[in-house]
Amino acid sequence: YVRGIFKNLHGWFINCLRYLFCCFQDRAGQFFSSGHTNNWAVLVCTSRFWFNYRHVANTLSVYRSVKRLGIPDSHIVLMLADDMACNHRNPKPATVFSHKNMELNVYGDDVEVDYRGYEVTVENFLRILTGRLPPSTPRSKRLLSDDRSNILIYLTGHGGNGFLKFQDSEEISNVELADAFEQMWQKRRYNELLFIIDTCQGASMYERFYSPNLMALASSQVGEDSLSHQPDLAIGVHLMDRYTFYLLEFLEDIHPASKTNMNDLFKVCPKSQCVSTPGHRTDLFLRDPGSVLITDFFGSVRKVELTMETINLTDPIEQLESAESGELQKEMHTYADQLPVSEIIHQKPKQKDWHPPDGFILGLWTLILLVFFQTYGVKHLKHIF
Amino acid sequence: MAAHRCSFSAVLFALWGLSLLTVARGQEATLEGNDRTAVVDNPESVAGAAEQAAGQPAAEDRRWEATAVEEVSPTEAGGGSDSPAPKPAASPPSVPRPKDDFQEELVIRPLHSGDIYTSFQFRTLWETDFTRENKVSHYRLFPKSLGQVISKFSVRELHISFTQGYWRTMQWGQPYLPSPPGAELWVWFQDSLTDVDGTWKELTNVLSGIFCASLNFIDSTNTVQPSASFKPLGIGNVTDHRFLRYATLPREIVCTENLTPWKKLLPCGSKAGLAVLLKSEKLFHSSFHSQAVHIRPVCKDDQCKTTSWELRQTLNVVFDLHNSGQGKNEWSLFKMFSRTLTEACPVASSSKIYIDITDNSQGEQFELSPATPLLSQAVVLGDRRTFSVYDLTQQITFGTMRSLNLLIRGKSSQGDMLRPLLHAERYVAGYGLQTGEIHTLMYNNHPYRSFPVLLLDSVPWYLRLYIHTLTVTSKGKDNKPSYIHYQPSKDRVRPHLLEMLVQLPPNSVTEVTLQFERALLKWTEYTPDPNHGFYVGSSVISSLVPSIVAMDTNNSRERPLFSSFFPSKEESSYFVRVYTEPLLVNLPTPDFSMPYNVICLTCTVVAVGYGSLYNLLTRSFQIEEPSPGLAKRIANIIRKMRGVPPL
Repeated sequence: YVRGIFKNLHGWFINCLRYLFCCFQDRAGQFFSSGHTNNWAVLVCTSRFWFNYRHVANTLSVYRSVKRLGIPDSHIVLMLADDMACNHRNPKPATVFSHKNMELNVYGDDVEVDYRGYEVTVENFLRILTGRLPPSTPRSKRLLSDDRSNILIYLTGHGGNGFLKFQDSEEISNVELADAFEQMWQKRRYNELLFIIDTCQGASMYERFYSPNLMALASSQVGEDSLSHQPDLAIGVHLMDRYTFYLLEFLEDIHPASKTNMNDLFKVCPKSQCVSTPGHRTDLFLRDPGSVLITDFFGSVRKVELTMETINLTDPIEQLESAESGELQKEMHTYADQLPVSEIIHQKPKQKDWHPPDGFILGLWTLILLVFFQTYGVKHLKHIF
Repeated sequence: MAAHRCSFSAVLFALWGLSLLTVARGQEATLEGNDRTAVVDNPESVAGAAEQAAGQPAAEDRRWEATAVEEVSPTEAGGGSDSPAPKPAASPPSVPRPKDDFQEELVIRPLHSGDIYTSFQFRTLWETDFTRENKVSHYRLFPKSLGQVISKFSVRELHISFTQGYWRTMQWGQPYLPSPPGAELWVWFQDSLTDVDGTWKELTNVLSGIFCASLNFIDSTNTVQPSASFKPLGIGNVTDHRFLRYATLPREIVCTENLTPWKKLLPCGSKAGLAVLLKSEKLFHSSFHSQAVHIRPVCKDDQCKTTSWELRQTLNVVFDLHNSGQGKNEWSLFKMFSRTLTEACPVASSSKIYIDITDNSQGEQFELSPATPLLSQAVVLGDRRTFSVYDLTQQITFGTMRSLNLLIRGKSSQGDMLRPLLHAERYVAGYGLQTGEIHTLMYNNHPYRSFPVLLLDSVPWYLRLYIHTLTVTSKGKDNKPSYIHYQPSKDRVRPHLLEMLVQLPPNSVTEVTLQFERALLKWTEYTPDPNHGFYVGSSVISSLVPSIVAMDTNNSRERPLFSSFFPSKEESSYFVRVYTEPLLVNLPTPDFSMPYNVICLTCTVVAVGYGSLYNLLTRSFQIEEPSPGLAKRIANIIRKMRGVPPL
């Protein structure tokens, strides 16, 4: 029954929660323990070029999972450094597959990519995290989180010891990343943050973190490569990386009400499957990972606080639609001429800046010369030149 | 007397009722198979389709569509004139219309090459004023996100298109709505706006959020203010180009993420109506895909005293014969879109499918099933075309199967090239990485008429145009443009803008050449993949092409949506816009790994050369006694204990 309620949670969750409060007080107490009210996700693929198809597929499979578990597109910032779905080399356009034989299309039919192509830069990524974006940036491109937000940050791409490459032309270092998270913490932009990275030597990216309430996972230890999972002969490239592949398999079994916790997530992709050794770091995290649900980060199981104050809703909403203004425009409107040839030909040239008339300048020079000859005379010219 | 007057008015009333009935029956003509009144009402259209007269017996049960019936006046029919009537013959009684209105339409045109062209048009009309003081707050059919954009940024007209692929005029003819590859955005602002550039920048940012596109890359370096092109398509006489901004992003990719927000703007979303056909997997598996949003003020009625806002969403797709059709010239809705139609959008006032059967009056080109008795004619792109019409608001269209799956079975496919009256192409000539030459070719294929074209070129600053090398030649002779507007570029600030009005002589090729020099960029200005090259947006060629039939100059009349986009001012010619290919130009790119190499080399030189020298100079050398062996050390200890000097 609880599961049924959760399924409808998105539409009328307040009603459901009220019902919960009436009937399942004890369950509700456990329900609100995590202390967050909203969920955000920043999913980044940093690799360009067709042969990095698997990185886009990685990111999109996490996107698919978080969207399925209830985080709306408005709370997901998706960054894809290249267009794989409509790439000219893609034999099936508008699809990105995570499984062989074109089994699971993680691109879907209603994807919303917020940053794509050349927009995926280190600068933009750090600006999203820290919220220092130009004022006219639309809401869909912002991370509008607060101190009650749980944020999932997923990165994938090509990396090395202490850095992750963006677009094959620049990189972000682990120190920069740690400082960005500290800035987020100081600006109270998160409640808890889960950081997942699937790249070679991924563990090096989280070893410099020092801000509280951070949990981090990586696909490989320092000195290890992260490996790709399976190629598809029709598409011609590797479809996914091993770690994210098994992460996707794990997440496919999660539903919004499941009680799976972080300790289960740490067991995803053991060395026998991954070849690399996935790592995790929980020393900055205050809660016991065993009590943290997967849906605290991957889903949007939203918490609501009830108030006992009475709010007066009887105040009538002012009717803005005023009556039709009496005076209508009486002149007839016309459409503009699309190619007014004669008008174009006789178009006035652009107004230049004011310039003294030519005659005036000529006169001035004549005056100067006259005064000169008056003063010195022709015979003195040889002394001057 | 009073009784007489009374009876007279009663007769009048009866007449009025009868006329109403006739109109109604004309509209229902499709339903009643043997009702011939519609044809009798419509002698002119039959005359207009004189070339089809032989085919009339075969098409005996065909009926002209209701709008076509209204178009015709009997007086004109007697004169045999081809020009359409200025006023509708019968105007419906005035009922209070709702303030907003939604229409949807799909046009299918089988192409000569065997490919198929499908064009969706969705139009929302709303009689409101976005510019007034108190904000519009209640939205019904019009999308709120766009309404807010219009009022916040004082937009008078907004046209945005996202296109993947290049429209091949030689194979496909003219599109109903032209668009250049990549993204194109042009906006007319209200003339009350003071800070146009700032508003433009904000607007592009907001649109990039709405359409999930990289429109925020539009800045002053790729924005121009055309002085003669891109006149407003809506009503209004203000054509001061200070309030016009035009920009293209030829590199912009178009994919599902752009289609998703576009579909969300429709009143029915992709849940009902024609929009259920919009599945991205099929739409992007095509030779050409273009989606656009056009917002403009239009006339509310014939008198054109009041305006309403028009939001027109269009989507054009060309499905490839070999790619999507597996080589068989046999098309169906299911094959094209992997869906069939079951209903119209419930809020739509009109929902129709048009199939162009102009070349197919005898069924010599293709077979169409299920057959429809409803026909319609429209003047589109200077030619009178005949269409089979499927009205989705009529339940009978869907038949007993409750779903409509149109089948077009082509008989033959000749891939011969067309000769459109106007087309253009462009390429870069020259070799090396220093200079080059842009060639633009404009073809006038009309046998005896010349017509004017307006060429607009916007070239990024890093191609430095040598404007003195500009030549315009047609038929081997110099063709002097009657108007040239050239705005030179400023490095990193604004692009070149070149506008020229050229008269194209009949049956000729006009070539415009212009030399340029490639600039060196700063190394941070290069894209992450500079080896790919840099794009230069399409040239825009606007023209008034002589039309075969008279154009309808009454722009406020009800017409099929695909034929009512460009307003026409004169009957003898129609306005058309042609886009050339975008250019891909290689710029000289530095070796980006060079700094790394230099650092490595310098470090090595420093470490090996200077390091060893420094080492030699600063080290003090001392001769070290070799340490004695173990036996000697033991002997020495013993000798020490004995008190004798060591060895």
